[in-house]
Amino acid sequence: MDEFLTWLQTYSPMLAKGLLETVYMTLMSTLLAYVIGLPVGVLLVVTEKDGLVPMPALNKAVGFIVNILRSVPFLILLIAIIPFTRFVVGTTIGSTATVVPLVIAAAPFIARLVEGSLKEVDRGAIEAATAMGASPWQIVYKVLLPESRPSLLLGAAIAVTTILSYSAMAGIVGGGGLGDIAIRFGYYRYKTNVMLVTVAMLIIVVQVFQEIGTKVSKWGDKRL
Amino acid sequence: MEPIIHTKNLCKAFGDIPVLSDINLAIYPGEIFGVIGRSGAGKSTLTRCFNLLERPTSGEIFFDGVEITSLPPRELYKTRQSIGMIFQQFNLLMQRNVLDNICFPLEIAGVPRAQAKARALELLEVVGLSDKAKAYPAKLSGGQKQRVAIARAIAPNPRALLCDEATSALDPETTDEILALLSDINRRFGITIVIITHEMRVIETLCTRVAVISGSKLTVEEVLQNG
Repeated sequence: MDEFLTWLQTYSPMLAKGLLETVYMTLMSTLLAYVIGLPVGVLLVVTEKDGLVPMPALNKAVGFIVNILRSVPFLILLIAIIPFTRFVVGTTIGSTATVVPLVIAAAPFIARLVEGSLKEVDRGAIEAATAMGASPWQIVYKVLLPESRPSLLLGAAIAVTTILSYSAMAGIVGGGGLGDIAIRFGYYRYKTNVMLVTVAMLIIVVQVFQEIGTKVSKWGDKRL
Repeated sequence: MEPIIHTKNLCKAFGDIPVLSDINLAIYPGEIFGVIGRSGAGKSTLTRCFNLLERPTSGEIFFDGVEITSLPPRELYKTRQSIGMIFQQFNLLMQRNVLDNICFPLEIAGVPRAQAKARALELLEVVGLSDKAKAYPAKLSGGQKQRVAIARAIAPNPRALLCDEATSALDPETTDEILALLSDINRRFGITIVIITHEMRVIETLCTRVAVISGSKLTVEEVLQNG
């Protein structure tokens, strides 16, 4: 028991800081990645062959870029863009520096999630809006986005949890957060206890984010 | 009298398959015009050409004297606001309540919120659903959904209302109620109604004239002893 208390005294400040860093990295990256990913997702749907404003060449080009970014393993991306990260935030270690590669990795993923959600919208509703004289832009913000809101929120929960697990990888380059602790103590110094606790904390954080996403999505869905 | 909708040499083909060939049709203000034919005969395609949900392969389409296939987008949107449409599957917005569904075309047309709401409430009365203003479409029956769709379609005071198999998903009794409502709307507001159906009964109860589409080419107009 005493042993446990000393252990707690030794590690809890670090774990608490790691938890905060993880949550900060995850939420910040998700938010910024949506700023890029949401419009790109809309663009992918709208410019499709039978979309509201068909532009097949642009659609292909954007889809291609999205696929390329999604193909690069996160660990490689993390290291490859170090110069860019330094250019943007002035440093390459710490949580804020990790946000940069996280955003770049997550934005194309979010674009695909958004694309999937928007494509679920009933074509009949889009057709009705078209028949009423709605412009493509009006259809996007008055039909596509509001009608797919529950699906977009579920997608956001997936995005948050995925970004969270990516953020844990940033420990490799000293990115901070729980993943960093797990790698430094559990992997480099064989402190299995610390590693197990950080993993358990990550599991809990994922559960919480997922649960919130599912609840909010259901709560706002007027079809239920 | 000038026709409200008319087509000149309208042709539509999907790939190599002609669906409509050389259609010349005139629909006059205030009438209830039926379009009947088998499934796949092209009646729906024809009607969807009237508001350019479907672009014809060739030919001209006039709405209220204006040729619409060559209109620039903004003006086409404006014209579409004068042509209401209802559908077999109702096509309501599931995340908006009944009142906001009816306000939707008014929002698009830029009508101020308070005015749109007042108009929507007035129309809920017309379609007999005043108690459902705050309900969401998922909680309504098929007949109620179609009433909301009708209220929504006529909210911006359109000149014409296109009904694409509007009663085909409904049981006979509900069909009769919806047909009575359409007839009522035609009389009260003088809105021209175009009804696409595969049910002769619908034509018999409502229409003054009917176009029969058969094969991929023919259009025949007949007058019934109705109206």
